Amino acid sequence: MPLTPVITEHWDAPDLYTIDGYRRFGGYRALQAALQQDPDAIIGTVKDSGLRGRGGAGFPTGMKWGFVPQNDGKAHYLVVNADESEPGACKDIPIMMANPHALVEGVIITSYAIRASHAFIYIRGEVPNAVRKVANAVRQAREAGLIGSNILGSGFDLEVVVHAGAGAYICGEETALLDSLEGYRGQPRLKPPFPAVAGLYASPTVINNVETIANIPYIIDRGVDWFRQFGTEKSPGFKVFAVSGHVNRPGIYEAPLGITMAELLDCAGGMRDGRPVKFWLPGGSSVPMLTAEHLDLPLTYEDMAAAGTMLGTGTPMLFDDTVSVVKAVTRWLEFYKHESCGKCTPCREGTYWITGMLERFEHGTGEPEMLETITSACLQIGGRSFCALGDAAATPYPAAMKFFRDEFIAATSTPVDETFDPVASYVFAGAAAR
Amino acid sequence: MAISEATRGELAELAARYPRPRSAVLPMLHLVQSVEGEVTTDGIHACAEILGITPAEVTAVSTFYTMYKRKPVGTHHIGVCINTMCGLLGGDAVYAALQERLGAGHDQPTADGMFWLERIECQAACTHAPVMTVDWEFMDDVTPASAIDVIDRLERGEVVQSTRGPAIRSFAATERSLAFPDDGLADEGSSVDDKMLAGLRVARERGQAAPAIPSGQEG
Repeated sequence: MPLTPVITEHWDAPDLYTIDGYRRFGGYRALQAALQQDPDAIIGTVKDSGLRGRGGAGFPTGMKWGFVPQNDGKAHYLVVNADESEPGACKDIPIMMANPHALVEGVIITSYAIRASHAFIYIRGEVPNAVRKVANAVRQAREAGLIGSNILGSGFDLEVVVHAGAGAYICGEETALLDSLEGYRGQPRLKPPFPAVAGLYASPTVINNVETIANIPYIIDRGVDWFRQFGTEKSPGFKVFAVSGHVNRPGIYEAPLGITMAELLDCAGGMRDGRPVKFWLPGGSSVPMLTAEHLDLPLTYEDMAAAGTMLGTGTPMLFDDTVSVVKAVTRWLEFYKHESCGKCTPCREGTYWITGMLERFEHGTGEPEMLETITSACLQIGGRSFCALGDAAATPYPAAMKFFRDEFIAATSTPVDETFDPVASYVFAGAAAR
Repeated sequence: MAISEATRGELAELAARYPRPRSAVLPMLHLVQSVEGEVTTDGIHACAEILGITPAEVTAVSTFYTMYKRKPVGTHHIGVCINTMCGLLGGDAVYAALQERLGAGHDQPTADGMFWLERIECQAACTHAPVMTVDWEFMDDVTPASAIDVIDRLERGEVVQSTRGPAIRSFAATERSLAFPDDGLADEGSSVDDKMLAGLRVARERGQAAPAIPSGQEG
């Protein structure tokens, strides 16, 4: 399957991030067309396109928009989730730095469709260069009359606020993001009510991922039939894949959904030094890992689910045979422990105890019966917390045990750094590695 | 120290940016850090007064988010990603080298107060592993040696260019940008590098492209 750059097509144009550069390639044409349509028609187009959310869950975007009660007399809000923090996910930040106007145009069209007059772009604070690029794009769009009152004479008014977070993975969870945006600690809310009914300031709110919103101008401009040429029936469209790890050319690769990992890996120049893929994750640390035998599966929502994992953020991480899976899993659990917001006891306490046990394995002092204890703890967290962080924390270990149980057994007597020389997994060598 | 009238004015300006003022707490605390070098009690009280909430409520927010510090950060914040991808690809060695070079531990300042070292979680740049940040600007694809070189150059007062972004300024300047993000630096430094163009280049080499745009709609 070929690569198909769409969102990334003109990233080598040095001024693409400016409004003039973006317009040179047809930018804001979709907005003009959208403002001449009924908002419901736009929601219908996005529903027909089959676009699914690119933030990880893959929920149908048009359906999400359709949940917002219309003509209810309430203020509606669009909130863009630009809090990209999932380990392995690194595609929204590049989109915002390289092609911020695609996001801004998508924000304006989406706000018009869901009848929102206020949109917020919540960007993680640890990436100021993405924040400033989007803020710059929003100002340019405002100066061009594309944000503000009576946009392009349509009577549609929109204000857009670029909001920087302050360091909390949990704020990528949509209801935690809303609490954070309201000025509170970022802790998830119980659902229902869902944000479409009671979101920001208890008003109907659509929350979409950056890449999802960046798809909208292309769908509106080029049409449903064009969009559905990409991907599969259940996973239509193209995807900004970010391939990382022990590959020769890590980076951004945009392709139709349905391309296989093997094909993407070929584009990325294969594994370094011709070493084998030991394990890989299709989209973030929150999805179960796969092995080399799964490289030929199509990267779609449905094929990944059938293989017992998820497409997630669509940002594959590949590790070669120099890496200790025990160490990798321990590090991910340390992350979930650090990022658990503390609201739900199973997640708060479970991530703490699992991490402590895993660290013993990393140091070669794990006890064999602990393996069952960790499994049990994972079962106690998954499905027993408000949000998906708990489920995610309960994911890496069972997946690793499925394929690499022997490595955990070995770590009951031998520190993993003795079995796997850490230096061998570095991407630099010799003097640089000191 | 006491929050100046000018800063109070800017804090109020941030509060006015939102339909409900309390939404501005995060950017307001970033602004406090930009003028105070940390989240100070005076800063918390100023935010609380402007928002009409208690200092305890502002404090509760500030302690939830890792970017807010309760000790002076110093001139430069140094982050090293130690999550699985960066850490195992060499970030662990980078962190160890910086720890030795700076004589500071995790989430601690150096003795001279110039740097603050922090093991950070995933920075959304796994394609560029191992990743370091200086005042939260990207320093991609670092090695222990190149990371130490960055510190050396900052100490000498030399210009250090972010690999994807503007030249390094200071922790305080970045914190101000997070409060007022249209900081006039969007044109400084390139934000697109070889790794972000990797797929585009392969597609061109192989003559691959997206299906043609429907006729009559070409720009």
